[in-house]
Amino acid sequence: MTHGTAAEPAAGEAVLSLRGITKRFGSLVANEAVDLDVRRGEVVALLGENGAGKTTLMNILFGHYVADEGDVLVAGEGGDLQELDAGSPRAALAAGIGMVHQHFTLAENLSGFENIILGTQGLLDLSVSRRGARRKLEALMREAGLDVALDRQVSRLSVGEKQRIEILKALYRDARILVMDEPTAVLTPQEVERLFETLRRLTSGGLSVIFIAHKLSEVLAIADRIVVLRGGRKVGETARSVADRRLIAEMMVGRHVPTTRREPGRRGGVLLELRDVSSGEPSDRGALTEVSLAVAAGEIIGIAGVSGNGQSRLSALVAGLARPRGGVLRLFGSEVSHHDPRRFAAAGVARIPEDRHHDGIIGGMTVAENVVVEEIRAKDYSRWGFLRKKAIRSRAEAAIRGYDVRCQGPDAPARQLSGGNMQKLILARVLDRAPRLVLANQPTRGLDVGAQSEVHRRLLEARARGAGVLLISEDLDELLSLSDRVAVMHGGRLSEAIETERVGRTTLGLMMAGHGREEAA
Amino acid sequence: MIRFEPRPERNRLLRVAAPIGAAAAALVLAAIPLAFAGAPVLRAYALMFSGAFGSVFALTETLTRATPLILTGLAAVVAFRAKLWNIGLEGQLYAGALAAVAVGSGAIMAPAGVMVPLVLIAGFAAGALLMLGPALLKLKFGADEVVTTLLLNFVVILFVQMMLEGPLQDPMSMGWPQSAPVVDEAVLPPLVERMRLHSGLLVGLVAAAVVHVLFRHTVWGYEMRAVGENASAARYAGIPVSGTLVRVALISGGLAGLAGVGEVAGLKGYLTADLSPGFGYAGIVVAMLAALSPLGAVLAAVFVAAVFVGADSMSRAIGVSSYLADLVVALSLLCVLVGGFVTRYRIRRVTRHHATAGRERA
Repeated sequence: MTHGTAAEPAAGEAVLSLRGITKRFGSLVANEAVDLDVRRGEVVALLGENGAGKTTLMNILFGHYVADEGDVLVAGEGGDLQELDAGSPRAALAAGIGMVHQHFTLAENLSGFENIILGTQGLLDLSVSRRGARRKLEALMREAGLDVALDRQVSRLSVGEKQRIEILKALYRDARILVMDEPTAVLTPQEVERLFETLRRLTSGGLSVIFIAHKLSEVLAIADRIVVLRGGRKVGETARSVADRRLIAEMMVGRHVPTTRREPGRRGGVLLELRDVSSGEPSDRGALTEVSLAVAAGEIIGIAGVSGNGQSRLSALVAGLARPRGGVLRLFGSEVSHHDPRRFAAAGVARIPEDRHHDGIIGGMTVAENVVVEEIRAKDYSRWGFLRKKAIRSRAEAAIRGYDVRCQGPDAPARQLSGGNMQKLILARVLDRAPRLVLANQPTRGLDVGAQSEVHRRLLEARARGAGVLLISEDLDELLSLSDRVAVMHGGRLSEAIETERVGRTTLGLMMAGHGREEAA
Repeated sequence: MIRFEPRPERNRLLRVAAPIGAAAAALVLAAIPLAFAGAPVLRAYALMFSGAFGSVFALTETLTRATPLILTGLAAVVAFRAKLWNIGLEGQLYAGALAAVAVGSGAIMAPAGVMVPLVLIAGFAAGALLMLGPALLKLKFGADEVVTTLLLNFVVILFVQMMLEGPLQDPMSMGWPQSAPVVDEAVLPPLVERMRLHSGLLVGLVAAAVVHVLFRHTVWGYEMRAVGENASAARYAGIPVSGTLVRVALISGGLAGLAGVGEVAGLKGYLTADLSPGFGYAGIVVAMLAALSPLGAVLAAVFVAAVFVGADSMSRAIGVSSYLADLVVALSLLCVLVGGFVTRYRIRRVTRHHATAGRERA
């Protein structure tokens, strides 16, 4: 199965066909009579909200689940479609289906090279085939224009590099169909551009790609065809050339998507003030150098920047997790003396963490326990060290109702929630207490259109109520549509905040790349 | 072909049934070597059962054996829930025992109403303090507590030997390395007349109830679970992670220390360096068999104790080695691990005509 032999199907022929796939989990129908065809050299975007059945469909393709009904057909050596042995990941791999998961499946303590050849070699043939593997890989890297430090330990690679290792891993196993599960969710805009370039090169060489996504703009940049799933069913299919943004968005959510509109606000007193704040070891990437910033009541301040330029540190400072090395941090008019997350939360700072799985949700605890986690020592939820379970439960029920958290109930493990619902749970946790300052760090990363607009609505609602919002985001659309003023973070320094009306995307882009404002304008 | 599929949600009934099934499966598996050894399998098991539960004597012996296992099992439950890997239960047990004889063998004289609580508190404190070191080393320097707690076991046991051949040696022991006996006022009173079963069992049962309430109903327990499930999210939410882990370490070490008090002040009456046949390590097994449930730990401890006591008695009757007990317990643990897998994954048979098979299942 080498690339480009005469026996392979010519461009345009179907290499994969899913026919009438239905999968049920008890009463839940995850996929219902889904048809999907993928042709050679084509990028098909599988678009849908969380829970639309994208992942289930791909798990069936991959043999992790067995479909209740329907068939999976893959082009064989001769180009004719053959039924794939169901429920066998090995058969899927052998048929040339490769997958790049959203959460990478790499052994962090091995090098990229070792990760790629892991499992492809017998125990006893070590040195000889290693050299052969190396040659094959280097040829692949040239062909695909993928450039990775193969011998560096994976734990020391950036997210984009890890993804390139994952792609190489699939290509190394002669993948002809590459499934990518939300590949852009973890990448910076620059890395996304680079990924798309790689995919274009690969597809022109005959690779077919299934691109799972819920960000419409990216799909429009890369996909040849867009297939929309909703509630487990295929609800639309369109070629990119004739795709209508609005229509697709509505197909995805099945209802009219409200566009977020920022009404002019009334700026009040300053709530958060950083004056010449430095934090972190100066040698560290991501340390802050003399950052000044003010967030007032009734305004949203956006922080733009490529990730790793100090946003995490800034967010940690405002969340109460880190302390300044120099400079002054004033919260609600007085200098902060105790940098303690619990005090910050109690004082009225709503904190939405960057990584909700890692820092936001405690998966093994219930939805109710997650709602009250910041206030568990408050009199409302415990007395004499004992939990007030009724109060906790009723708060959780109110949160579930008020924020439309889709779950089986307050006692369901939080781990079962989809990404969007986890974020709604966090919103309910922090916003329901009428906070005075909201810290939102990448609040819509990895969320579908519906959940995104919900998050935006809540942030604007907080602003309208008179709260100040510090919005850290890599999504320029989000920043420009929500923020009153935008500042750019680069190399641990923060630019002056500029009124959003007076700043364009290109200016922001240049400032994010490290140019001064005067240069950029 | 057999395939595994993750279950979308975990079935409550299965979670209860899995450990019971595992224990049963272990007995079935252990029957194979038993049969190879030429022993009558059913008779051997019948003898084991009657040896463990068949008479008042058997039952009290089983519960006596279960008493330290309940406490070390609980100690492991508390620590493991918070993902603090306390492998030093054996050392903490000895520390508790040492404190019990230090306080209870004549150094202080008071009525039983004072002495019994005093030895319990001393034992708890000694175990807790012993666990404090590894916990602080972990928090300050990131030292792996598995290594530090495990190695401390040997340090403590050697220390106990040193004390038993030195300052704590009973002058009446004719040179034997054993401590002076615990004074009558400090003895945990027996529960059944003329039997060895002592009120250490009550201490264990009360401890199980307390740990149960701790995890279910208190802020401390909530914080311990939060730290164990996702320390990073707990820290972000403002839960004092270091303080919580110190608390976990103290409670876990203290419970193991209580096990030592029970053995000295309830059962043996004096301290020797072979006080525990590995109750500390068996506590880890008990906790895992119980799936880290505090009330489950009581049942698991009784099960493990019954297997050992039953096997001893069976061995005396028909001459099969009592190592069978180790085999059954080890197999149970393996089966529980498999059982845990079954509660998370669905096992299905897949034929070539998978689509029809799938439809029948659904």
